[in-house]
Amino acid sequence: MSKLVELFAKCKSENRAALIGYLPAGFPNQSASIEIIKAMISGGVDAVEIGFPYSDPVMDGPVIQEAAELARQNGITMPKTLEIVKEISATGVPTLLMTYWNPIERYGIEKFAKDFSANGMEGVITPDLTLEEALPWLTAAKTNSIHPIFVVAPSTGDERLKDVTANCNGFIYAASSMGVTGTQTNVANTASILVERIRKISDTPVAVGLGVSNRTQASEVARFSDGVIVGSAFVKAVLQNPDSPAEAVRKVAQELALGVRER
Amino acid sequence: MPIDAKIAGKFGQFGGRFVPEALISALDELERTHTEAMADPVFLAELAHLNATYVGRPSIITEAKNFSKHCGGAQILLKREDLNHTGSHKINNVIGQALLTKRMGKKRLIAETGAGQHGVATATAAALMGFECVVYMGEEDVRRQALNVARMKLLGAEVIPVTSGSRTLKDAINEAMRDWVTNVADTHYLLGTVAGPHPFPTIVRDFHSVIGNEAREQVLALNGKLPDAVLACIGGGSNAMGIFNRFISDPQVRLIGLEAGGDGIETGRHASTITGGTIGVLHGTRTFVLQDENGQTIESHSISAGLDYPGVGPEHAYLHEIGRAEYRSVTDAQAMEAFALLSREEGIIPAIETAHALYGAMVLGKELGPDATLLINLSGRGDKDVETAATWFGISI
Repeated sequence: MSKLVELFAKCKSENRAALIGYLPAGFPNQSASIEIIKAMISGGVDAVEIGFPYSDPVMDGPVIQEAAELARQNGITMPKTLEIVKEISATGVPTLLMTYWNPIERYGIEKFAKDFSANGMEGVITPDLTLEEALPWLTAAKTNSIHPIFVVAPSTGDERLKDVTANCNGFIYAASSMGVTGTQTNVANTASILVERIRKISDTPVAVGLGVSNRTQASEVARFSDGVIVGSAFVKAVLQNPDSPAEAVRKVAQELALGVRER
Repeated sequence: MPIDAKIAGKFGQFGGRFVPEALISALDELERTHTEAMADPVFLAELAHLNATYVGRPSIITEAKNFSKHCGGAQILLKREDLNHTGSHKINNVIGQALLTKRMGKKRLIAETGAGQHGVATATAAALMGFECVVYMGEEDVRRQALNVARMKLLGAEVIPVTSGSRTLKDAINEAMRDWVTNVADTHYLLGTVAGPHPFPTIVRDFHSVIGNEAREQVLALNGKLPDAVLACIGGGSNAMGIFNRFISDPQVRLIGLEAGGDGIETGRHASTITGGTIGVLHGTRTFVLQDENGQTIESHSISAGLDYPGVGPEHAYLHEIGRAEYRSVTDAQAMEAFALLSREEGIIPAIETAHALYGAMVLGKELGPDATLLINLSGRGDKDVETAATWFGISI
């Protein structure tokens, strides 16, 4: 059983949601990136989602775009991302990767699954890989015991929701509302409707992302979901505190960790 | 549904859909609307009426007898899309998609633009049909194409400069996609080329097919036989798909796409995606892209803003793979040579994009000799390029 599956079981027994924290690999640079992600973990994040910075991130708003651009300028590559995954998974927290599809295809689908899985990566979130195009990935993921995690949206129709969620495992990523990362202010309503629709057709845990940035929102979302995904708030903490980014990230994580326990 | 049961919009291994799940229902709606519209006589009549009374179709063909001597004496026929309303082929697709937007009951149009031709065409259709219109344009292009920015504003569109990434067409597409993900309920993304996720490559090709349909009849009427080759410039490849489509089933007609070679493929500063790129995924479709070993898109370079794109339509990737069409690269300097020659010899100032196809004709004409007939899509006029050309040739304005 993966650490990710164990995590959701543990959170369920503790009657709380899991806190999943996102930061781009190599942001703001390779060495600082590892220290900052570790600070996020020590602040109380239960699982880590490492983003691979890509040149054309259509699902990301200005905050994550800026971070990804900085990481790219500072030389992030797939092999360097692999090193970060290795270091972070060694801490014992479930470690996931979030990447647009082209970098996986370029690296080689099989090789990617094999190399990253061997270094402790347990799941991959693929925001622009549609189910129609996913067969080679699902095969490689299965062979290497990787959780394939797809994003579903409020606009996803009923039949399609069934198909997509049936091919997710580990958890289902429910986008809280229509839009890109880091731009929403009010998430709870549309998200709870979507989660309710998923509950009717799937037993897989559901984590909600896009737009959760503080303790109050985390606690609202924790009431109806199994996991709360936070990205832009961590990135902002780094951007706004260039002198002590790790400490700033730890504080954000501590607040959010309280939120996911206030159901 | 087994996951491989329905793979729509594939051209061999190319095409498909690589987009956020939030866009799937909108793409499905668009696909359905397009399929129904193309089978609806009322829709087709309205499109034909607008083409005849607003766009100015059919566009004529011109025999370029003076330019011919620079093409080995081959007969040179120009399909005059430059004479369309707004000055290029772009209006064909825009009118079609604007009618689809009306059919879907959406009120707002968004578009990306590089040189500004597609943005101007979209702003024009929005003015005509009463849509709100927002055009995304890279900050770098806003600076390079100030005249077209002013045209869009005069037509009532809002132009949003894009400051992310390389600040050019590629980033304008990213920003338009982000807008669409957020506002998809009331907004149609009027994509301007035969790229992007299914069904865009098919829709855009269908609305531009009028170019090849007319040209084939016109050449037959003039010569009593088909041309030996059809040539067009390729950025995303919309004007080329428009003129190629009707000739694909005529195996004796060579189809030749001319990509932007910038400073030359060997310099790495170019926009020749098929001749100098590799297979990957960009902007929702699998095709040839300019990318590095990490799958990051590499910035393209061309003197022509309209060809300055690191991807290409998936159907071109397919036509290349099966060997039905040939793709060649033309440098900035070669294109400008053809630009000057057509202006002087025929009194027609072409768009710099189009000049790439004209240079291709100069080379192919010499290969085939004086008995050959070459049909070239004169996709746009050069008014917008006067400043760039003046700088290139050292003419002070």
